Amino acid sequence: MTEHAATPAPLQRTLTIGRIEPGSEQERRLRELWETPPGWRGWLSTVDHKRIGLRYLVTAFAFLIAGGIEALVLRVQLARPDATLLTPEQYNQLFTMHGVTMIFLYALPVLSGFSNYLWPLILGARDMAFPRLNALSYWIFLFAGLFLYASFPFGEAPNAGWFNYAPLAGLTYSTGPNIDIYALGMVLLGISTTVGSMNFVVTFLRMRAPGMSLDRVPVLVWGTLTASGGNLLAVPSVSLAFFMLWLDRRIGTHFFDVLNGGRALLWQHLFWIFAHPWVYAVVLPAMGIVSDALPVFCRRPLVGYLPVALSTVATMVVGFVVWIHHMFATGIPALALSFFGAASMVIAIPSAVATFAWIATIWTGRPVFRVPFLYFAGFVFLFVIGGLSGVLTAAVPFDWQLTDTYFIVAHLHYVLLGINVFPVIGGIYFWFPKFTGRMMSEKIGRIGFWILFAGFNIAFFPMHIAGLLGMPRRIYTYAPDMGWNTVNMITSIGAFLFAFGVLVFLWDFAYSLRRGPVAGDNPWDAPTLEWSTSSPPPPYNFAIVPRIASRHPLWEERISGTMRSRLTEGYVLDQGREALGTTALDGDPDVILKMPEDSYAPFWLGVASLVFFSGLALTAWWLAAFGLAACGAAIVVWLWPRRELGQRDDTAHPRESGATS
Amino acid sequence: MSDLAETLPERARLPVGSPGERSGGWWGCLTLVATEAALFGYLIFSYLYLASQTTERWPPEGMPKLGPGIANTGILLSSSVFVWASERFVRRGRRGMGVAMLAIAIALGTAFVAIQLREWADHPYGLTTHLYGSLYFTITGFHMMHVLVGLVVLAFLLLWTALGYFDRARSAALTIGGLYWHFVDVVWLFIFATLYLSPYVLAR
Amino acid sequence: MLAMHNAIHCARRSTRAVIAPLVALVYQTNVRADAPLNYFLHADGPAATPTMRLGWALAALAVVVALTVTGLLVAAIMRRRPPPAERDAAHLQAEGGGMHWVWIGTSISSVALFVTLAYVLVTLESVASPRKTPELTIAVTAYDWWWKIDYTRTNRGEAGVTTANEIHIPVGEPVKIELRSADVVHAFWVPRLAGKTQTIPGVVNEQWIEADRAGVYRGQCSQFCGAQHAHMAFEVIAEPRPQFDAWYAAQALPHVADASVNAGAKLFLDRCAGCHAVRGSDASGTQAPDLTHLNSRRLLAAGALPNTASNQLDWIRHAQRIKPDALMPSIALSASDAAALSAYLRTLQ
Repeated sequence: MTEHAATPAPLQRTLTIGRIEPGSEQERRLRELWETPPGWRGWLSTVDHKRIGLRYLVTAFAFLIAGGIEALVLRVQLARPDATLLTPEQYNQLFTMHGVTMIFLYALPVLSGFSNYLWPLILGARDMAFPRLNALSYWIFLFAGLFLYASFPFGEAPNAGWFNYAPLAGLTYSTGPNIDIYALGMVLLGISTTVGSMNFVVTFLRMRAPGMSLDRVPVLVWGTLTASGGNLLAVPSVSLAFFMLWLDRRIGTHFFDVLNGGRALLWQHLFWIFAHPWVYAVVLPAMGIVSDALPVFCRRPLVGYLPVALSTVATMVVGFVVWIHHMFATGIPALALSFFGAASMVIAIPSAVATFAWIATIWTGRPVFRVPFLYFAGFVFLFVIGGLSGVLTAAVPFDWQLTDTYFIVAHLHYVLLGINVFPVIGGIYFWFPKFTGRMMSEKIGRIGFWILFAGFNIAFFPMHIAGLLGMPRRIYTYAPDMGWNTVNMITSIGAFLFAFGVLVFLWDFAYSLRRGPVAGDNPWDAPTLEWSTSSPPPPYNFAIVPRIASRHPLWEERISGTMRSRLTEGYVLDQGREALGTTALDGDPDVILKMPEDSYAPFWLGVASLVFFSGLALTAWWLAAFGLAACGAAIVVWLWPRRELGQRDDTAHPRESGATS
Repeated sequence: MSDLAETLPERARLPVGSPGERSGGWWGCLTLVATEAALFGYLIFSYLYLASQTTERWPPEGMPKLGPGIANTGILLSSSVFVWASERFVRRGRRGMGVAMLAIAIALGTAFVAIQLREWADHPYGLTTHLYGSLYFTITGFHMMHVLVGLVVLAFLLLWTALGYFDRARSAALTIGGLYWHFVDVVWLFIFATLYLSPYVLAR
Repeated sequence: MLAMHNAIHCARRSTRAVIAPLVALVYQTNVRADAPLNYFLHADGPAATPTMRLGWALAALAVVVALTVTGLLVAAIMRRRPPPAERDAAHLQAEGGGMHWVWIGTSISSVALFVTLAYVLVTLESVASPRKTPELTIAVTAYDWWWKIDYTRTNRGEAGVTTANEIHIPVGEPVKIELRSADVVHAFWVPRLAGKTQTIPGVVNEQWIEADRAGVYRGQCSQFCGAQHAHMAFEVIAEPRPQFDAWYAAQALPHVADASVNAGAKLFLDRCAGCHAVRGSDASGTQAPDLTHLNSRRLLAAGALPNTASNQLDWIRHAQRIKPDALMPSIALSASDAAALSAYLRTLQ
């Protein structure tokens, strides 16, 4: 029964433990409360984390394909020396957008997609802490991506590299709108990342099921939480850098204006202070996926849960003090070089902890050779190679040779594809049944894996060699007598093989959506909470509030003899959209949260933000002012206190107040 | 750690909707404070980095005048006291006083803005004149924007309190808005120290 | 007057006599057959050799670790396990066990990392600065997309030398390189002699190089700097001290006008002198390479073409085809103009 304006929400309520049988009247009412209406209205106004998560995944994959096509065009140009497929300007736009797309529009959003969908389910909650903010973070991501790509049809895509060094990116050397689009688009995208991170942090603190203390939280949650905390502190650095660059370019400030006291190195510092933590943000959640899903295929819980959780946090913390390793060749004094070089080596230690934990889990477990396992095992191999090439680049004097060569390109692709893409594809094979109620194909999955694995290594391993042979990065062509011809041809062939593997995966995905075998609730016999719901889960996730007694509720009975978690009976919350808030450390029940209905405000706020930034990009100040005003209006509507959310009470009857704080 | 599954009570009396300090919105505002604090941290880093690398006189127009800055610091700090007081009054059911406190806080905040605008106009340099100008106006400009947003927030809180939305049991919005305003206040202390005080200290 | 004229002719001829065979010699010793930027297998000076050895050690370590860990991974996957006790194939294992893997593996990795770090810091110390103070300082200024090379007055009181894209150094002596940028961030990199350092506008960076033996060492810009980053190469030519001194003396000489190429000289002044300079003439442009001794250089257009008369004309007429978006425009020349200009350029020895 939804609340209406007449009756104020009670200030306290007594919850009782009960059961809600599937198919009962109570369950039907609960479903109605939480379901998003169909059609475009529901599409624009939904705040259901599952739908938002799927949108993130689909959109991120669309950008992955765009970035992949850009890469393939680059590889055709580079397959042979002195090729003329692309002009230098075209090449520069393509390699810049390839980086921007993959690093910003694919790598984090795809993990946000997984986390958005899975967090409430694995935490035993009904939704994220801020469902409307969740919707907003998606809309702004989509609009920022479209904003950035709108530059392509005009031939004005960003072209100074994804790292966009000043003064090349300044007005003197980049006169067109390319860099303005990049700068403003990144500030807009930063808003999406920031509000998304806020949502994850607060959800972690408030929405875990009773009994889910910190040491019972799945590793994916540690990974995303750590990444979110890191992003909250790191994203402002790059947003500021891009904003200052835009000010320099269009308003006339002097931050990077060398002739007037500005410093080119300020850009590099601000950029890398952000970008290094960012690379951990785009891999730690994926490592969490492996830490949670690999044990399922080893038929045993993860070895070393506590060290792995701690190493996740340690990696991000140390990740904030290594940024200078992207700047070893900038003339920084030797003492600083030694410190940052040492820190860059030390950061490998938490990664070693996780690697050995995974291998130990496989060794002491009993591997089940299904498709997800192949991806996770392949991931461990690629992680090790990427990590080792990273250790080589941490060696300061050797980095003076390696930096800005294809060795770095090899390293970054091993870590980004190896630690993000492979776990992501494995994760899709793993959770596809939960998302859709169907299984993907074992046979096609295997074929796809081996093509991807072979293609990847054929494409990117030779890049180590090219780098050691001195091939610099970001060159649109090369002379035939430099010794780079063979490695480049091999790499290009491997790239196309990898692309074919992606097609095989996409084919399997599309086919299985329609014709995959129907999956039950828990086709993999996995231990975590999401597998206790139906496939796909009901809109309300859990009919009652589950109570958790271990890290692997669904395995408890078989491992320790008794099932101590309670998944079929618990507190009943069905007076409107409600969720249980718990305490931050122990997960004790704390408050009955009133959750918002579907709302158009996030969509409109996203549109208004896009209008504002478009106004800035066009230096059309009236348009920007209009957009800003529209943002303000949307925020006021959104935040206006509502009775049904328990945010206000204007009946002046404080009788039931009792204990309030 | 917790054996809650066995000991979770059959019945639990819990508040409905977040009361006061433990509201989700409060935690959310805290994360907003964290990220905005980082932003100001990077602004201050940029200032100190560029100041340390300069070959010219710094600041180029001479030492900053402390008068308006000190006045503004006092004004902003006291406005925070009134915001805090307003929240306490509303939680004790004294809505009228709550509204009055908010009004005073808004007046003080407006005075801050007016004094700063006057200070800006009095400077012989602008945003684009030289590097120092770019830094000064960008940093104080960012802060000013946060103050303006804060004033709008306080104005809405005043409106909602006057409309009777908040009382002993429901006042989360006041706590959250107050948290934001206190943050704006504390950040000013760092900006004041960096822009106004550090030139004197570093000149040695 | 005539004596002086004769003396100058003699100097020019002897210079040519020195330079031409030298070019031929170094052309042969240049390891063009192999990848000229390969620093992993070739180091030709004390600023690069310790790094190369470090690279071998690190690569060996990486290979050993990769093989070991991969071996463990494969063994973990493939190893035979006793069949499960119960009939239930989904038999689950309890938590716990296996932690020794983490402790042992992490401990060994940490020890290896710290030993590596020590070796790294030792290498850093040995390549960061030369053992003895360099006598020669060369100021390199990076431009879009070429390198200006300035030898300021040496402490022997010789006049300064300005050239482009080709650096000469004496063998066996450390040389200090001062790095500047005229526009955006570039990076100076001659892999077989040293690591790279960025050239940052508004800042003067420094590094040192030294060659153990005579040869031609190719360098390359290695910081993305815009459209023609790919074609911003240079060469470092190391030669024995006497030959270096001779080269230097010849470079320091201004150009002597030759009346027989007046037409070409006038053309040059009209069309080229806005950007290019020829010391000793009225051409004093500063935005493009100094061409006073153009024909003493092996390559053209920052390493894009071998330096021959026909390539020079090709470059002048079709610069935008060879290096699109370079700041050198394609200049249309009639056949007679081209011949005159070419004749003039031939005198820039």
